[in-house]
Amino acid sequence: MEFFKQFAVPNPTPTIYLSMVAIGLTLIAVLAGITYFKKWGYLWSEWLTTVDHKRIGIMYLISALLMLFRGGVDALMMRAQTSMPGNELLSAAEYNEIFTTHGVVMIFFMAMAFITALMNFVVPLQIGARDVAFPRLNALSFWLYFMGAMLFNLSFVIGGSPSSGWTSYFPLAGNELSPHIGTNYYMIALQIAGLGTLITGINFIVTIFKMRAPGMKLMKMPLFTWSALITNLLITFAFPVLTVALAMGTMDRLFGTHFFTMDNGGMAMLWANFFWVWGHPEVYILVLPAFGIYSEVISTFSKRNLYGYTSMVVSIVVISTLAFLVWVHHFFTMGQGALVNSIFSITTMAIAIPTGIKIFNWLFTMWKGKIQFTVPMLYSLGFIPIFTIGGVTGVMLGIASADYQYHNTMFLVAHFHLVIIPGVVFAMLAGMTYWWPKMFGFMLNERIGKWAFWNIAIGTCLAFFPMFISGLDGQARRMYTYSEVAGFGIWNLLSFFGALGLAMGFILIVFNVYYSARYASRDIGDDPWDARTLEWATRTPVPEYNFAVTPQVDSREPLWDSKYEGKTLFKEEIKDIHMPNNSGQPFIMTIFFFVAGFGLVFSMWPVVYVAAAGIAVLLFIRSFERDDGRHIHAEEVRETENNKRGDTR
Amino acid sequence: MKKQWLFSGLLLSFLLFLSGCEPLTVFDPMGPQAALLKDVIWISIWTMLFVVVVVFIILIYILVKYRSTKTPSDYRPPIVKGNIWVEITTIGIPVLIIVFLSFVSVQSTYEAESVPKQFKDEEPMVIYAASSNWKWHFSYPEEDIETVNYLFLPTDRPVEFRLYSFDAISSFWIPQLAGQKYAMTGMITTLNLTATEEGEMQGRNANFSGEGFAEQTFNVSAVSQKEFDEWVKEVKNTAEPLDEKTFNKLLKPGHLGQKTFSSTHLDFSPPPEEHGEMSEEEMKKEMEQEQSDH
Repeated sequence: MEFFKQFAVPNPTPTIYLSMVAIGLTLIAVLAGITYFKKWGYLWSEWLTTVDHKRIGIMYLISALLMLFRGGVDALMMRAQTSMPGNELLSAAEYNEIFTTHGVVMIFFMAMAFITALMNFVVPLQIGARDVAFPRLNALSFWLYFMGAMLFNLSFVIGGSPSSGWTSYFPLAGNELSPHIGTNYYMIALQIAGLGTLITGINFIVTIFKMRAPGMKLMKMPLFTWSALITNLLITFAFPVLTVALAMGTMDRLFGTHFFTMDNGGMAMLWANFFWVWGHPEVYILVLPAFGIYSEVISTFSKRNLYGYTSMVVSIVVISTLAFLVWVHHFFTMGQGALVNSIFSITTMAIAIPTGIKIFNWLFTMWKGKIQFTVPMLYSLGFIPIFTIGGVTGVMLGIASADYQYHNTMFLVAHFHLVIIPGVVFAMLAGMTYWWPKMFGFMLNERIGKWAFWNIAIGTCLAFFPMFISGLDGQARRMYTYSEVAGFGIWNLLSFFGALGLAMGFILIVFNVYYSARYASRDIGDDPWDARTLEWATRTPVPEYNFAVTPQVDSREPLWDSKYEGKTLFKEEIKDIHMPNNSGQPFIMTIFFFVAGFGLVFSMWPVVYVAAAGIAVLLFIRSFERDDGRHIHAEEVRETENNKRGDTR
Repeated sequence: MKKQWLFSGLLLSFLLFLSGCEPLTVFDPMGPQAALLKDVIWISIWTMLFVVVVVFIILIYILVKYRSTKTPSDYRPPIVKGNIWVEITTIGIPVLIIVFLSFVSVQSTYEAESVPKQFKDEEPMVIYAASSNWKWHFSYPEEDIETVNYLFLPTDRPVEFRLYSFDAISSFWIPQLAGQKYAMTGMITTLNLTATEEGEMQGRNANFSGEGFAEQTFNVSAVSQKEFDEWVKEVKNTAEPLDEKTFNKLLKPGHLGQKTFSSTHLDFSPPPEEHGEMSEEEMKKEMEQEQSDH
C-alpha cells in the first residue's frame, strides 16, 4: 500500500475522481472498439508506423485539437472561479494547478503541435517535395511530442499536477517550496516533447534548404514556407536553452544539485533568464507560421499577389533576430537598473516596426483585390484589428517604467492573450479550414464555420478587454480569489461570459467537423479555393507520393501562373518513385521514453534503467539497420493518377 | 462592416471608462513616482490609439470598397508591385513613433528608479521589506521597530525600500505610490518612493508565490511626519520586542494578520546586503553549519 500512496493526487475532488473514471471508460471503449472492428492491423500499419508527412501532420492536428480542449476546460474553470468575488468553486491549490496546466498545455501541446501539424502537411507540398528530408525522424518527433503530452496529462490523475505556473520560476518550483512531484512532470514531460520539437526543427531546415522543386529559388518560396524556415531556425537556436534549463531543474529536483536553490550558491534569477531566453523566441516560433498562413489566405481570397513579398521576408528575418534580444522585458522589475531596462525597452519596441510593416502589407494585398469572405479569410480579417490592439498594448508594456505598473497584472494577461489568440489560434483555425479539403477530401461547412468565427472573435474581445481595466485597477494575475471591495467583480464576470463565447465557438467547430464529414460533397476537385501555390497542384486526396512528377517552378505563384498564364508545371514523364519504408521503431522507442519519464517523475530507478536500456537497444538496432526504402513503379503511379480523375496533365 | 463598428465601440467604451469618474488604482497616484507612471501610460495610450485608428480606417475602407460582391464579376485584380514611397511611409512613421516612445521610456525609467527631484537633497528613510510565505515583514532600522503586513509612511519624505525574500520571489507593489519590484533571496533590490498625500492604500505581492499568494496583501497609511512620530512613540511604548524564536515562528508559511514589535529582526537575521562574495569567516561558518545539519 505504501508504494501506491505516491500515485495519489494531493487535492482529490469529485471532478478528479470523475475524470479518472471517464478516462478509464474511454480507454476501455477505444480499445474494445478497435478490437471489435478489427482495426489493430490498420492502426499499426497505416498510422502508428507511418513516416508519411501528411499522416504525421494529421496526427499532430488531432492531438493539438484534443489539447486545445484540455487547455480550454482549464481556462473555463479559471474564469468560472474568478467570475465572482470570494467564489469557492476551486481551492487555491486547485486553481494553481489549473492555471499552470492551462499555460503548459496551450503553449507546448496545443500551439506547438498545431503549427507543426500544418508545417508537416503543407511545407513539403508547397515546395514540391515527396516527403521531409528525414521521414523516420519526423515520426520520432511526433511520437516524442505525443508521449510528452500524455505524460504531462497523466499528472492530472496520477500523482498530481505541477502548480508553480507555466514559467515554473525557482525557488518556488524547487524542492523546498514545491516538495510535491508535480513539477517533476513539468520538467520531464517538457524535456521529452522538447526533444521532438528540436528534431523537427533540424528536419524542416534541411527539407526546405535541400528539397525544393527545381526552379524554386529561396526568394520564390511561398510565404508560409519562408515562415516555416525561420521558425525552425528559431527552434534550433532557442530550444537547446530550454533543454539545458530543464535538465538543470530536473537535477535540482531529483539529484540535489543547487543551480536554482535559495542557498548554497543557487541562483533563481538564472532560471528566469534561461526560461525567457527560450521563451521569447518561442513566442515568435508560434506567431511566424501564423503570419505565413495569413499571407497565403489573404492573397488567395483577395485574388491578388501578396503585396511587398521582399519586405515580408525581410521583416520575418528581422523579427527572428530581435526575438533573441528582448528577453529581459519579461522581468523589468527584477532590479537590474535603469540602463539595462532602457536597452531592452528599446529592442522590445523595435519589434513593432517589422510587425507593423507586415500589417500594412496585408492591408495593401487586399487593396484593389476582390475580397471573398470565406471562413479562413474571416479569421484573417478578425486577426488584423484584434492583433493590432494586442500588439500596441505590447508596445505599452515595452516601456520599462510603465511596465512596473502592468507587470504581473491582468493587463499583461489581456495583452498576451490578445496577441496569441488572434496571432496563433485564429491563424491555426484559418489554416486548418483552408487546407482541410487537401487533408480530408471535403470542405468544412461555411455557414457553421462563420457562426464559430463570430463566437470566437466576440468571445475573445469580451473575455480579454475587461482585463485591461481590472489590471490597471490593481488585480494581479494568478489570484484565485479577491474580495468584493476590490471592485474587480464586474470585469471578471464579463471575462467569464467571453470565455463561454469562446467555448461555444469551439463546440461549433467540432460540430462542423462532424456535420461536414457526414454531409459535405466529396466532389471538390483539386483546387477548391482557386489558390496560387503548389500544394493545390496535387490530387485530392493527396496520394502518398504527393506529385506524380516533380513540378518545375519559375515564379512565386506557380499554380496561378499555370492556370492563368499558360505555364506548364509538370514537364517530365512519370518515372519510378522512391519512397521510405514504414517503421515501428519510433513509436516503440517513445514508449520507452514515456516509461523512463514516468520512472523519473517518481524516482523509481529500476524502471528508469530498464526503459533507458530499451532506448539504447533501439538506437543500436537503428544504427546497424540497412533500409533502402522502396519504389512505386511508374505503371502503378499512372494507374493511381488515372483513377483519381479522368483528366491528364 | 458590423464587426469593425463592434471593435471601435468596444475600444471607445474602454477609453471612456478609463477616463471615467472613479479613477482606477494605477490612475489615482498619491506620490510623484506613481504620478509619473500615470502620465507615461497616458502618453502611450494616446500614441497607440493613433496607430489603432489608422489601421482600423484603412481596414474598413478596403473591406467596404473591394469586397467581391461590389466588384464586377469579370474584374481581375491587377498584379501590384511595391511602391517605394508607400514602403518608406509604412516604415518611416512607425520608426518615428518608436523613437519618440523610446525617449519617453528611457527618460521615465531613469526617473522612476531615482529619488524624485523635489526631494533630492533629503536623506531618505530606509525601510527593509522582507517577504516570507505569505506575508511582509517591514523593519524600520532608524526607529528600531518592526511591523507585519502594514506600513506607516511619513508624507513628503523620500523612502528607500530595501527588498528581499526568505523564500519565493515576491513582488513588492503599492500601485498608488510606485511601480513594483522583485524581492528575492540572497540579495537586496531597492525601490524609491515618496507619498505626498495622506491616506490609506493597499499594497500586495504581485508575483505568484504559491498557495497563499492571493491574500499576501498589506495596508499602507501615509500620514504626516508628526503623526508618524507619534505612532513610532506609541509602538515603542506598547509593543513587545522581537526575538529570534518569535521571528522564526513568523517565517513559517501561512497568514498572520497585522503585528507590531518594538525591535527589528535585522540584528539576529541580517539582510543579504552583500550578495555574491562571502568573507572567509562566513564561508567557514556556513560549512560548519552544513556539516552539523547532516
